[in-house]
Amino acid sequence: MILETIMIIALCLLMLAILANLYRVVKGPSSADRVQALDSIGINLIASIAVYSVLLHTHAFFDLILLIGILSFIGTVAFARFIERGVVIERKR
Amino acid sequence: MKPNDVILRSVTRVAAVIILTFSIYLFMNGHHHPGGGFIGGLSTASAIVLLYLSFGIEKVRENIRTDFKKLAAIGVLIAIGTGTASVLFGKPFLTQTFGHVDLPIFGDTELASALIFDTGVALAVIGTAVNIILSISEDR
Repeated sequence: MILETIMIIALCLLMLAILANLYRVVKGPSSADRVQALDSIGINLIASIAVYSVLLHTHAFFDLILLIGILSFIGTVAFARFIERGVVIERKR
Repeated sequence: MKPNDVILRSVTRVAAVIILTFSIYLFMNGHHHPGGGFIGGLSTASAIVLLYLSFGIEKVRENIRTDFKKLAAIGVLIAIGTGTASVLFGKPFLTQTFGHVDLPIFGDTELASALIFDTGVALAVIGTAVNIILSISEDR
């Protein structure tokens, strides 16, 4: 019972962190700030899924944690290349 | 000045192996746990996209000599072939079957013919996803 209360409090705090990151996504002056905030939202989402699967007593979502980590990494790399060089996939010419 | 990609390339060398292993795990796991052909194919495609991002089109095309259009076509052919194979045994189209086989390392293993169908789905998904991303990046 007390464990569930702690889990729900942790979920609320993670939701607050996602909302704070969302403020940075909307307000951020440069696009690098927005990309950084989106990456941080992905990490908070991973933590929320972990806490929520402990709350539900299941391990069906553990693949999802790894998958969100991979997709968040690839998306951040793609955005970083786009901001820095203008092209995402390079080619010689 | 030539841009310096050392950190991205060294991370990619490690991460691509991990992502490909994870995609094979998701693909083989799909019968009893979350996973299957679609998500396994998508994570393989994401690993290939990561390789394209960090090494450029020409270098990956030298090393992975696969025509992804042909790969998608081969996947659809495998998926249809498992369906018609059940017709040859006198059962309805796309009927599945399974059997227990004694493999040398794994022992008594249940092999289902849905795995071959899933292979077709995975190949079609890999071919389609990588082909879409490559043909978008060709244009400018």
